[in-house]
Amino acid sequence: MRRWLPSVVIVLMLLGLWQLAASSDVIANALRIEPFLVPAPSDIARSLWTDRSLLVDNGWVTLQEVLAGFAVSIVAGVGFALVLHLSPTLRRAFYPLLVASQTVPIVVVAPILVVWLGFGIGPKLAIIALICFFPITVNTLDGLRSVDPDLVKMMRTLDAGRWRTLSGVEAPTALPYFFSGAKIAVAVAVIGAVFGEWAGSSSGLGHLIQQASAQLETARTFAAVVVLSVLAIALFGLLAALERRVAWWGHTETGVR
Amino acid sequence: MRTTSEAPVAEPQPIKRTLDGGARDAASDPAAIRIRGLEHSFGDLEVIASMDLCLRPGEVRGIVGPSGCGKSTLLELVSGLRGPSAGEIEVNGSSHPRRRLASCAYMPQRDLLLPWLSAIDNAAIALRNRGASRRKARRAAHPLFERFGLAGFEGTRPAELSGGMRQRIAFLRTLLAGKPVLLLDEPFASLDAITRAEMQEWLAEALAGESRSVILVSHDVEEALYLSDRVTVLSPRPARAVGEVAAPAPRSRPRLEAVTDPAFTAARERALGALTEATR
Repeated sequence: MRRWLPSVVIVLMLLGLWQLAASSDVIANALRIEPFLVPAPSDIARSLWTDRSLLVDNGWVTLQEVLAGFAVSIVAGVGFALVLHLSPTLRRAFYPLLVASQTVPIVVVAPILVVWLGFGIGPKLAIIALICFFPITVNTLDGLRSVDPDLVKMMRTLDAGRWRTLSGVEAPTALPYFFSGAKIAVAVAVIGAVFGEWAGSSSGLGHLIQQASAQLETARTFAAVVVLSVLAIALFGLLAALERRVAWWGHTETGVR
Repeated sequence: MRTTSEAPVAEPQPIKRTLDGGARDAASDPAAIRIRGLEHSFGDLEVIASMDLCLRPGEVRGIVGPSGCGKSTLLELVSGLRGPSAGEIEVNGSSHPRRRLASCAYMPQRDLLLPWLSAIDNAAIALRNRGASRRKARRAAHPLFERFGLAGFEGTRPAELSGGMRQRIAFLRTLLAGKPVLLLDEPFASLDAITRAEMQEWLAEALAGESRSVILVSHDVEEALYLSDRVTVLSPRPARAVGEVAAPAPRSRPRLEAVTDPAFTAARERALGALTEATR
């Protein structure tokens, strides 16, 4: 618990300042806007309670989108990393394309995907997978390639075939790298879900944010953002816990010379 | 999936190294390793100029030379991990790289233990590589832990072991591969002086109970002489053999006693002399 203490103190202090500034209308006056547009943390907390069924229902939709998109990106990302690792030719061919895929602005692609895939979960899934795919692929590939060449040689003289070297040495070395990528991916997956919902949807936290802010329900907007953050942090925490259980050896020095 | 029993292994003939100290004429025996006219270059960089080498079955051969003279490359060539630019290498009568790979177990400088495996699983990895179940592999490794003073450490993770212990596990791993030829690449280079001396004694003991042929690469003349039957001295890169010195002392003797023996110091002087001359 002591580890968390500093960050908890800072957050509480900031919330306190915010509460003071909002309730005394300092922010609203400075921005020259109506005080009701600047919700205090207490207003947001109230919204979290009164709008709870709205938030839970929409949060559930977003969570499903995030989990599905993330699952797709794990399968695709790890698979792609393996292919690129096993074939230097394909690696040289596809690596630039992989990087290029990240330079495509998701905000621009999202509406097109909605046109193509409709208002359902399809476009959200595609957007989330597109965002998550990159960190997972790149990190996993780096992990696979970080294996010490001497270790591979040693395995060859100890009668290991390609598959054994992959499953016995390369995959375990890459596992912590994969988790690094997955943790980055899951944090941005939530943002991808919001973009997807903004481009066209009838539910989800992104949708809720869009509607609430259009109706000047700023407290509800913030409440939805809070739920969104909690969702991302929880997923990140789950992955970190899983990593400690199944990849406890971390980024080993068998890889780095 | 190849086991050593399938490889065309000439019956290893244990030799009485304590009596003749390796001074016996090599040509009359079937060779475990025979190298003729070996040359190797990496691009324009000539690493091995010309080398001939002959190891009898069961012989422990030390190879010493200045750092970076191509000793490690020599082991990779012998093991079949790398193809030579020119020349012939025969291991157990076969020059085919895959056959050589099947006959040689290579122990690299660093222990390269896998951090996610326990000591015994690391030691038994060759058996797992050949498709043995984890239980079977462990059962095969277990007696060696007893024999080499590692009993009780089977389940320990490499990160919890000292450098010397890790190196012992790495050596067990090499032994458990069951190959007739062991290639040891500066096995103690990363250890501190005291651990190193301890490990040399330990390895001398371990090798005395083995009938396998061993090439031991080192940059330390004393270590090579103490552990081997015979030491080949290499010149700086491009490497060529510039001398061969027979080790006089029986190897299982306590190290301090062995290395201060007059015959041993004389052999060391001869080897050092050859090394100095070649470096000049």
